[in-house]
Formats: sequence, C-alpha cells, structure tokens
Amino acid sequence: MSENGNGKKELVEIFVDGQPVKVLPGINAIEAAKVAGKEIPHYCYHPKLSVVGNCRMCLMEMGTPMRDRETGEPILEEDGSQKIGWIPKPVIGCSTNVSPGMHIKTESDLVKDCREGVMEFLLVNHPLDCPICDQAGECSLQEYAMDYGRGYSRYEERKNVKPKRTRLGPRVTLDDERCVLCSRCIRFGQEIADQDVLGFVDRGSFSTLTCHPNKELDHNYSLNTVDICPVGALTSTDFRFKMRVWFLKESPSICTESSIGANTTVWSREGTIHRITPRRNDAVNDTWMTDSGRELFNQVAADTRLTSFQIGGNSADATASIEEATGLLSKGKTAVVASCHQSVEEQFITRKIADHLNSSVYIARHLGKGDGLLLSEDRTPNTRGALLNGLTDNLPTEDLSSLAEKIDSEKVDTLLVCREDLTRVGLSEAQLEKVKLVLLDTQTSATASHADVQLPALTVFEKNGTFVNLNFRLQKFSQAVPGPAGLLPDTLILSKILSTLTGESFPDSPATIWKSLSQSNSNFKGIDFSSIPTDGIQLEKSAFDHIDFPEKQSLKYSPAAITG
Amino acid sequence: MPEEKRIILKHADEPGYTRDIECYLKHGGYEVLRKSYKLKPEEIHSEVMDSGLRGRGGAGFPTGLKWKFLDRKSGKPIYLICNADESEPGTFKDKQIIHKDPHQLIEGMMISAYSIQAKQAFIYIRGEFFEGARILEEAIEEARAKNFVGNNILGSDFSCDLVVHRGAGAYICGEETGLIESLEGKRPYPRIKPPYFPAVLGLYQSPTIVNNVETLCNVKHIVEMSGKEFAKIGTPGNTGTRIWCVSGHVQKPGYYEFPCGGLTMGEMIHDVCGGLLPGRELKAIIPGGSSAKVLKADERFSGKLKDGTEFDWSIWDIPLDFDGPAAAGSMSGSGGIIVMDNSTDIVQALSNINAFYAHESCGQCTPCREGVQWMRKVTRRMCAGDARKDDADLLLSIANQIEGRTVCAFGEAAAWPVQSFIEKFKDEFEDYPANGSVSSETGDKQLV
Repeated sequence: MSENGNGKKELVEIFVDGQPVKVLPGINAIEAAKVAGKEIPHYCYHPKLSVVGNCRMCLMEMGTPMRDRETGEPILEEDGSQKIGWIPKPVIGCSTNVSPGMHIKTESDLVKDCREGVMEFLLVNHPLDCPICDQAGECSLQEYAMDYGRGYSRYEERKNVKPKRTRLGPRVTLDDERCVLCSRCIRFGQEIADQDVLGFVDRGSFSTLTCHPNKELDHNYSLNTVDICPVGALTSTDFRFKMRVWFLKESPSICTESSIGANTTVWSREGTIHRITPRRNDAVNDTWMTDSGRELFNQVAADTRLTSFQIGGNSADATASIEEATGLLSKGKTAVVASCHQSVEEQFITRKIADHLNSSVYIARHLGKGDGLLLSEDRTPNTRGALLNGLTDNLPTEDLSSLAEKIDSEKVDTLLVCREDLTRVGLSEAQLEKVKLVLLDTQTSATASHADVQLPALTVFEKNGTFVNLNFRLQKFSQAVPGPAGLLPDTLILSKILSTLTGESFPDSPATIWKSLSQSNSNFKGIDFSSIPTDGIQLEKSAFDHIDFPEKQSLKYSPAAITG
Repeated sequence: MPEEKRIILKHADEPGYTRDIECYLKHGGYEVLRKSYKLKPEEIHSEVMDSGLRGRGGAGFPTGLKWKFLDRKSGKPIYLICNADESEPGTFKDKQIIHKDPHQLIEGMMISAYSIQAKQAFIYIRGEFFEGARILEEAIEEARAKNFVGNNILGSDFSCDLVVHRGAGAYICGEETGLIESLEGKRPYPRIKPPYFPAVLGLYQSPTIVNNVETLCNVKHIVEMSGKEFAKIGTPGNTGTRIWCVSGHVQKPGYYEFPCGGLTMGEMIHDVCGGLLPGRELKAIIPGGSSAKVLKADERFSGKLKDGTEFDWSIWDIPLDFDGPAAAGSMSGSGGIIVMDNSTDIVQALSNINAFYAHESCGQCTPCREGVQWMRKVTRRMCAGDARKDDADLLLSIANQIEGRTVCAFGEAAAWPVQSFIEKFKDEFEDYPANGSVSSETGDKQLV
C-alpha cells in the first residue's frame, strides 16, 4: 500500500473487462468492479465480515501483467501492448485483492458459465417456496436466478429434506431448506457479536445450520443475522409471514436508543411500520444495529401514546391548547425542562423560548449499561445536540433536584416540560402538584397526569429532523409514517409558542429552522438542512473535549484520553 | 519379471522383524538421525532438493520446493505435520509403514523437523486407523525414552515434540488445509488459497509443512544415501521408489515397491500381480486412487513426454511413475491401482465412487456440495432401474460445472471419475438397461 505526501492512499489502476479504473489499494475484486460499475454476484462475501469464499458465485477470470523473471522487464504482445498472464482457472473475486495493472473479466463466457453452474447447484435442493417466503423481493437467489438461472430445472431427483422451522432464539426462526450455507451468520456471531452459537452440523449436501447444543441465538444483535442472510433461511420471528417487502416504503432514519445514532431504514406501509433494519454507515454502525433498537417503532401505536391536546385533562383544540400553554408560560415564574430526546431543531426553539422567558433550562441524562458495540451508556440520541444548542454547557445531570428545590422554595411555579417524565428524574408528584405544567411528550407518564396543558408530540418516525451522535456526527432522519390524526410536529408547536410569546413569526419546519440555526449558531455554520447527506456531517467537537462523557469504547467511538 | 526394490518397506515384511524400537535399532535405526543432527538444517534441505523427491500423497509436488516456500522470516513457530489420513479408495501403503515400521516414520519426521526447524510436529492420522494411532503413540514414547523425540534430541540444542492426532473419519482431512483446520479443532473446511498457503499461513496461521507418510520416510533414506544417489533410483523427474497398491480383479492384489518407472502397467498386472482372474478380460484401470481418471483397456495413448520424446502406448505400456499415468491423461495419485475386468458393471462402479464422494464432500462450497450429491443420485437411480438416455450428458455437464470451481481439489477428485467414465464408456451409460422401476431415492438423510 503506497501513501503519498498527504497521507492519502494512492489509487491503483486495474482493468475491469478492459476498462481502466482507479481503485483504492488492497480492496478485493468485488469492490473494485463496483467502482467500474460492474456487479460481481456473491452470497458469502460481506464487506464487514471475513472472507471465506465458499459460495463460488463470484468466480471470475483474472490476469496480471507478465514480466520477465530474470530482468523484471514487462513482456509485451506483438502489437507492443502489455502481455497479460491469465490464470487458467477461474478465481473468486472476494479473495482476490487488486494489484497494479491487474485485469479481471466479469462478463466472459467462462464467467457466465461458472455463475450459471453455481446458480443451478444452489437451486437443486432449494425448496423454491418463494410464494410464501419472507425474503422474496429482496432475495439474492431470486435476483441472480433472473440473471443466471436456467429457467427450468434439470434436477429430477428427490430434494434433500431439512428442518423447516427451527427456533434459533427468541427473535430468529430458521428454515434450513432455504439455507445456502454461506456462513455469514456464523461469522457475524464470531467476529461482530462475540457470541459464537451458530454452526453447521452434518456433512456435504446435508450440512445443516443450527445452534450449538444448549445454546440460543439470544444476543441483542441476533436480528442482524436475518439482515445478512442472503436468502430466506434466517427470518425475523416478528416479521415472518406478515408483509411482502415490495409493498413497504423505505425511509432513512436514526435509531434513538442511545447516543450511537445507528443509521436505520424504516419500512412502512399505509402508515404502519413493519420493521426497522440498519442502514450502512461506515462512520457509525457499519451495517449493524441492536435488536432492541428495532423494537422502538412499537412506541408509535402504543396504548400509552398521547394522542390529544388537553387543557386541564379535557380534550381541546390544538390552537387553544397552544394559546393556553403560552399564557401560562408568560405569566408565571417559568422554568424550562428540555430533553436530549429532542431533535436539534426542537432544542434550538426550546432554547429560544427559555431565552425569551428568561427562564432557567434543566436537562436530565438517562444512562444505561453499554455493550461496547452499538448500544452506548447514554440512552438518549441527542446529548451532543443539547450541548451545541447551549441548552447546557456541561453534561446533563442525573436528576433535577435543583429544580425540585426551586419549586419547593416557590422560585418556580410554571414548567414547560419537553419529552421528560419528571417523576423519574428526582421530582415528586407533590412537587408537580404545586406548579402549572405544560407538557410536550409522546407517551403518558406520571408527569402527564399532572399536566395543565398536554401537547402531544410526534415520535421520531413521524417527523423530520436531525440528531448529533456521540462522535458529534450530525445525522438526519426522515418522516416514515404520518402521526396520529390531529397531531402537529413538535417544531410547529414550539415555534407557535415562541411566535405567540414574542409576537414575531418564527420558522416552524426543520428546513426553515436550519436557515436561522446555521446563521445564529456557529457550531452549525454553513449547513443547509436539505443538503445534509444521508451519512451525516462530522461537526467540530474540540470545544467539548473537556467534558467527561459517560460513553465507553464502542464500535466507532473511543473515549477521549483523560488528560492531566 | 521386474524385481521389487524395497527401500521404504525394506524390513516391513521380513520374518522376525517387529515394530518395537529395539528391533529398529538392531537394523540400524536412528543412525541417520544421528548423522543428520551433525549436518546443518539447510544441508539436509539441499539433499532433499537434490533428490528430486516428489510428494507421495497424490499431487506429486516436489518436496524440497515445498520446504523452500516456508516463510522462515515471520518469527512465528514452524510446524511439521505428517499427513497420515490415508483415505483415497484403493490406497493402503501408509498403513503398512505405520503398522510395520513406525519408527522409520518417526525418524524421517525428526530429520525433516530439524531441517525445517519445526519445534512441534504432528502425525494427523485417519480416524479409522485406531490401531495405527496406538502403535504410533507407543513408538513415540519409545523414541522419546531414547531421546530421539523431545527436548535436546541426542544431546543437541534442537528440541521437537511429536504428537499423534486422530481424525474423526473424514476423507477431506487428507486435504492439507482441511487437515490443518481439523487439527485446530474445527470442521475440516479446506481454506482458500490464496491467501492460506500452509507454508505461510498454516497451522495457527503459522508456517507449516504438511507431508505424506511415505514422503517423510523417504527423507530418512535421502539423508542416508545422499540426494544425488537417491536421484539415481527411478527416472529423471521421477526419483526414488513408489509403493503401488493394486486392488481389484487380479490374482495377487497387494502393495509392491518399485523404482519409479521401473515397470509398466502390463508388468505390474501380469507379472507382479499374477494376471487377471482366469477367463476374464481387462475392462479398465484406475491408476492412482479412485479420484484418478479411468483408463480403458483398448485405449491408445500417444503424444509427447515432457522431454520431447514421442510415445504411443497401449494401457499395458504405461510406465509406473509420476509422469506416465499423467501422460496417459490420468495421474499416479496416491499409487492406488484399481483393476476392473469385464465382469464389471461400469455404471455401478461409478455409482460406487459417486457414493463415496457424495458422502465425503465437506459441504463448504457450492459446486462440490450440491453437484457431487446430484451425480450420486443420478447414478444410483440408474442402478435402481430408472436409467435415461440423457443421463450420461447430464452427469458430464454436472461434473464440468464442478471441476476447477471449488475451494479445494476435492472438486476435481469427484469430477474426474465421472468425466472419464462417461467419456470412455458413454455407450454403456446411454444403453444402460432400464427396467422401468421407479427410483426409491429419497431426499431424507435419515433414509439414505
């Protein structure tokens, strides 16, 4: 691997089907062919797992420039061009790393014949139960069968019989007849999840994937095996037989489970979310996410969901509720409780409201046990956003006892509470009784039962916005489904409160808020909401180096070295 | 009649020769080990290079060159493994050495280990050879007691331990990277090459040499007589002796040690093995274990040898060395000569071979896993009375889709018999009688 003076890797020129293309050194032929716009089909290769080369789908022809063994001089063809020494047998693309001047053929007759052969072999014992298979529509076997399938079967013998519904763990069900034995799931357990519970038993064509005796696939990453299974063998027990994937709409989102901010895709149909899968981002979560993060969409239709505007416990009109809330806030000795669950935009307006009211801002943190991989200790998605927005200048506190004291000493008699259950962060219900309470939240709670004005909020799946993850990466999430009827985006509610308080109109959508945000906050200078890329923007974080964040080492995060 | 020249099996069948160390020492045992340890490791290596020794496991790769590829700069430990997983149908030579002269192997291994500077050596023995494993373990203890194995061997500063590891009964463990995986305690899935060449990334990702039993025994004799002398046995490029294992329809099947090229197939069958059974005619010979391509009795083999000389052979004229069977389009493989006379049902013979490879395919890579089982199902159906005219073409097509596209050479081992049987006996496959009975083949593993 060569590096130039700038510390950047120098590209290597290779030839894909004769077409020159410059690629990063050290990558394999599958990745290199991608650069040239050519797809080399594969099952067992996965960019984030070790290479085993067992599916043989990526067979291709490979040659290198011939050189004289004695002198090292290039050997030339009669026409003066470099002579290529082609390897007589096809080689696998996944374990063939690029070298300067290398030639690969991805479309030759031999390559096509190899792929057709492998496809035929994979299908001889395949049950061909696509009509009832969950993978149908996103199945590599189906896709490549369209390209390299025979269209009919030469196989007239009995197919092998294997277990059809093995429970591997609480969330994963295995259909062994569909398994192509690529071993991705086994390698995932060994190399990523650090729980080596899957393996093959039996031999040859009867090889069968299973759990080791007395073990279960029960780790918090088990559903990633379903994602990486190229066929319909590993299925999500929750999603199984519920929905055809081609009916589902994909929306890019961000996981709110912890400050990791795993990039996700939310799959929905007609306003209902059916599953969440990880979306590749090599700076954040590679291609993985937790099982627990996938279950967060259940909050959308939860029984505990707040679905109506209320004044004094009675349903009310949205406009009336917001006016009532504004009235309470402007009259009283008000404090604001912001949240690290709020998006950057919501936090920005919350800050403005607090500034206008000249109130103190309180913000709590929620910690849990990290797993060193993609679940961090900070169980909120946007602590860094709160810092950047100036809602706090240091770490949020574990509990809001200082607020409790102010209530007891009657220095505060009105609260604007955003996305927080105060009874879980050090306040008693008796204290909540003493104050006028305006609550903006998604789920019912002890705090909600004391709210004088209840403003129902939208979940992350029902709105647009941004979070800043633990590495200060600004990431955008998009609305996947509409919110419950009659609900308004949090930014709109907060913006209306601010406008009513100040008498000046204020932007109310993320895109328009960002125009103001990027001008007024140097941390976000020059950023335009619509142009935030799907893999996010790395923000400057040096100003926060002094903070001892609670997160420990995880997949893409290392705690700053403790100095001093 | 050609004379046997027994080097490896010199004492094996002598009356009164026993496998214990006292008997071995009485016959000059471990003298070569003493001699070797006075030489430099690289001097032994150059003797092996000079000898032209080729691996006796099947591929016939030059042993000295294999040792030369060893990565000596990695700083990692170097391992020596003896491949005693003799599993190729038709081959039973290593078993003779292990059972009758185990100390010869141990001596050969400790010389080789010294030459490549391996501090740990293994004998990976086939699971079914439980008696052989016991014999070797006893022999190692005897040798250890006499300081031929273990710490500071013969008072030198070289130490090397030797361990017997039993396989669990899988043919694929004879493939050297499959063997290494198995030795590491994993399923014996052969590794992809590149990058996992054993000489660089072998056992525990360390440089490793894997040699056959007969090969390692030869190292002892090379050091004893010098590489140049050894190279005089046999023919150029085919040095030393080979133990041929003849089985099938001959009067005297068995193992016979001859100089490479020292006799022809005809001499072997007619003179050494006493000819075919009375009243029978030759139909076919598989010259190098069941994976080698079959040779048909009335074939002519012609072409040019490596040195340019032209040849035109009948099956009887094929010289028994490495290059002869290869020139005839097959290989000498592991030296297992399987003779089939005209009583043989060629479809059943192939069905038998297919059953073996389908049973032994490790299942790691697609073409071998699915293709070999498919071929087995087809030939078994044919034998069950449901042969079809186009089965021959189908079998050939499946075999062609396997060959050259698998992780290891098992793909070839399973494809070559099918390709050659069909190519040479196509009419017998196409005209195979169908009695209209429906195959009882089932896909359930429990029932087949």
